[in-house]
Amino acid sequence: MNISISKIIIFSFVIFFLFVFWRGLKIDNNYNTLNLIGNRISNFQLTELDNDHQYISEKDLKKNEHTLINFFASWCAPCRSEHKYLLNLSNENKEIKIIGINFKDKKNNALNFLKELGNPYNFVGSDSDGKMSVLFGIYGIPESILIDSDLTVIKKIVGPINQFQYDQILELVK
Amino acid sequence: MLSNIGIGLVTLILILSFLIIYTASLDLKTSRQSIEKSIYKLSLFQTTFTVLSFFTLIIGFMNSDFSLINVYENSHTTKPFFYKIAGTWGNHEGSLLLWINILVIFSYLFLVFNYNHEKKFRLYTLIFQNILILGFLFFLLLNSNPFNSIYPIPLEGLGLNPILQDPALAIHPPLLYVGFVGCSIYFSAAMASLVSGYDGKLFAQSIKTWVKISWCFQTLGIIVGSIWAYYELGWGGFWFWDPVENASLLPWFAITALMHSLVVLEKRNTLYSWVIILCLSTFILSVTGTFLVRSGILNSVHTFASDPARGIYILVFLSLMIFSALSIFFLKYKKENYNFNLKSRETFILANNWFMAFFLITVLIGMLYPIFLDVLTNKKISVGPPFFNIVIIPLVVPFMFLMAIGPKFGWIKSQNKINYKILFLILGAIVINLFIFYFFGNYSLLSNAIFIAAIFLILHSFLDARKLINDKNKTGLPRIISHLGFGLLVFFIGINHQFSLEEDFNLKVGEIKQINSYKINFENIRIKESKNYKAIIGNFKLTNLKNNLVQYLNPEIRIYSNPETLTYEAAIKTKITSDFYLTMSNVSRSDYYNIKFQNKPFMIWIWISALMIALGGFIRLTLKKNEY
Amino acid sequence: MKKNFFLFICFILITTFSYSNENQNKLLEVYKNLRCLVCQGQSIADSNSDFAATIKLVVQDQFKEGKKEDEIYEFLISKYGEWIVYQPTFNKNNFLLWALPYVVLIFGGFIIFLVVRKTKHNKVN
Repeated sequence: MNISISKIIIFSFVIFFLFVFWRGLKIDNNYNTLNLIGNRISNFQLTELDNDHQYISEKDLKKNEHTLINFFASWCAPCRSEHKYLLNLSNENKEIKIIGINFKDKKNNALNFLKELGNPYNFVGSDSDGKMSVLFGIYGIPESILIDSDLTVIKKIVGPINQFQYDQILELVK
Repeated sequence: MLSNIGIGLVTLILILSFLIIYTASLDLKTSRQSIEKSIYKLSLFQTTFTVLSFFTLIIGFMNSDFSLINVYENSHTTKPFFYKIAGTWGNHEGSLLLWINILVIFSYLFLVFNYNHEKKFRLYTLIFQNILILGFLFFLLLNSNPFNSIYPIPLEGLGLNPILQDPALAIHPPLLYVGFVGCSIYFSAAMASLVSGYDGKLFAQSIKTWVKISWCFQTLGIIVGSIWAYYELGWGGFWFWDPVENASLLPWFAITALMHSLVVLEKRNTLYSWVIILCLSTFILSVTGTFLVRSGILNSVHTFASDPARGIYILVFLSLMIFSALSIFFLKYKKENYNFNLKSRETFILANNWFMAFFLITVLIGMLYPIFLDVLTNKKISVGPPFFNIVIIPLVVPFMFLMAIGPKFGWIKSQNKINYKILFLILGAIVINLFIFYFFGNYSLLSNAIFIAAIFLILHSFLDARKLINDKNKTGLPRIISHLGFGLLVFFIGINHQFSLEEDFNLKVGEIKQINSYKINFENIRIKESKNYKAIIGNFKLTNLKNNLVQYLNPEIRIYSNPETLTYEAAIKTKITSDFYLTMSNVSRSDYYNIKFQNKPFMIWIWISALMIALGGFIRLTLKKNEY
Repeated sequence: MKKNFFLFICFILITTFSYSNENQNKLLEVYKNLRCLVCQGQSIADSNSDFAATIKLVVQDQFKEGKKEDEIYEFLISKYGEWIVYQPTFNKNNFLLWALPYVVLIFGGFIIFLVVRKTKHNKVN
């Protein structure tokens, strides 16, 4: 009788393991931070790209219903493809304020980039050494974060914004 | 044309495997004592065709015959000749063909060399082994066929990853596969033993050599892989507890435990069920490891390109293997009576198995836990070196003590061997450790314990070796060498870890950095154009301020064109006392280079000790008499 | 024999809990424990990626501010998730991970104990 129980236990374990392996085949093991939402942004100070003496911090963002923080750089090719969505957001939608953070870039290159493609940002900040990006949990360029007036992160977009994500943003800010 | 030859040969092998199973099953029923000659012939044909098929693939690579998709995807006309050949097994499909070769060759050799064992047992082993062979053949034909052709024939291949163009990496897979796949034969033998009732001492004798062979090659394969990682991957480490490394370690623990338990089975005719469990588990672990690594389920530095169908197939094969092994084991299991005295060699071998099982399960848990957690709760965590180090290293201390005193005990029952000599050795070890501690630097309580245990094992092995001078038979020489190698390995890894110097910093050309008593002068950069890459070579002048010795280190950043990859070649200067290790990478959009500099004491002794462990095994293989 | 067992357990507990990398370079120790998010299985110490370079700067800053390793890990975990550290934190999710090996160790020892004890009993009888 003892042997039978252990047999059943062992067989069950094996079936369980094989089942997990099978399910494991389907999951994507590329890590992303897309579901790290619900945290609050705090404790930062962003210097303006064009003006070393101007800066914004949390309290400035609390004034907005929603803020989209977009990390970009002139040397980043996918940033060009998402730019039109940012322009659309800034032109059509007055509720969202868009903050651009220029990541590990040279000031002149960034300004030329914006002159060439248009400037969708209410404020352009500078993150020349990249350390600011870590505060926002960024690990690739471009990356965007949508926050509300409480500074809680409600959406993360890793990579360039596409049509689907653009629509999602519009949905969320209604 | 090669494609047709290859597929033709594989089909022939498939037919032969079926034939062998059929004729063997028929021969089981006859009352004759010896195996029918036709079975030998079929097996020989099977072996011949299998080896021929492998040579066919090699010829395809040698000639850069891009009509074979496998050659097209993994080779290039400008690849050096040696690496063209090595490219044969450096990819998934080719390595699978190599697996099948080993399965078939071992099947034949086991049949032939075990002529003085019972016929039923040998026939069943042949049948089970050929069922395994069929499974792999179907996998090859249906999913991973190296002989698939492509038309129109491309003019040039896609090239092999430049990182894989290295002598150590060329021989590492074949060595490891002899280990991994070699254990298939005693998996089949174990199944045969259960079914035919051929157990005990005779069974142990039939598989003994095969266990030793697979252990030796597995050990050597793992060591060569580590040496390659150290010299080629550019981080100065040799073991990262990476899933692929762990996958090779899992069977190693099982084979080591099996090797020790076989001695007990042969000497005392006990532990049969446990030996069977180990035999079955080893190959199951090999296939599990293959599944984890090649299906894409795990994220690793050295994963092969993955394909979901591959994963499903291996999983199905693994499931069938496990269920049939379990079923047959439970059906035929007979309760055993154990007769173990505390103070006997058998008990110490049991202790070895206990620790091996612990290490094995720890590594397995570490590998599988993230998968389980992700599947069941959708949370992703990482389990890396700190986990394995924290759990495993403390247990290595008592393990080494047991390794030293275990062999002193005789079979069945012994008097208390913990005599004053042992206490004296422990004292000696403590003194030497204190010496190192006092003169060279502080370290933790655990490290003290590790050094004491390792030194104790080393001293003890030296004393044992000295006794052998008068012994004509050199009893226990292989064991002493391997155990000594293990003690030395732990000792040198400990020293290396405690007294390594490492720094990570950014430097521009012309700048100087001082670290402790070393001055590093980043003198200049030059560009070199080579056959299939362009290299940026840094010239670093290293001055040892204590003795004013100067060396030049030249790390490289290599830009390959086929396929487009970037590699970082470390500058490594190996000496008897320590290694210097320098890597250089450029910081994007900046004039700075990120430099990692390391001084690693006694690095080469780590390799020597590890090779010593394998050496003991190889010596054992060549010894004629039964010696422990 | 009970005394030996007790000493053994004490040894394991003490050495496991006092485990630390006494390497002089605490910075590198942290780099080695952090996972590069954009690489295939490399640590921040080994990676040459841009992301690794950024993280290194942040860790350096935090050390200068006087933060301890645990605080740095906590900070990065809050930003990037538990995936970023190689040493799994000891919480209710990972409890099984840390506990199971030792459960196995004790279980194995128990089996050996039973086997040897049975022999003693047989001998006595």
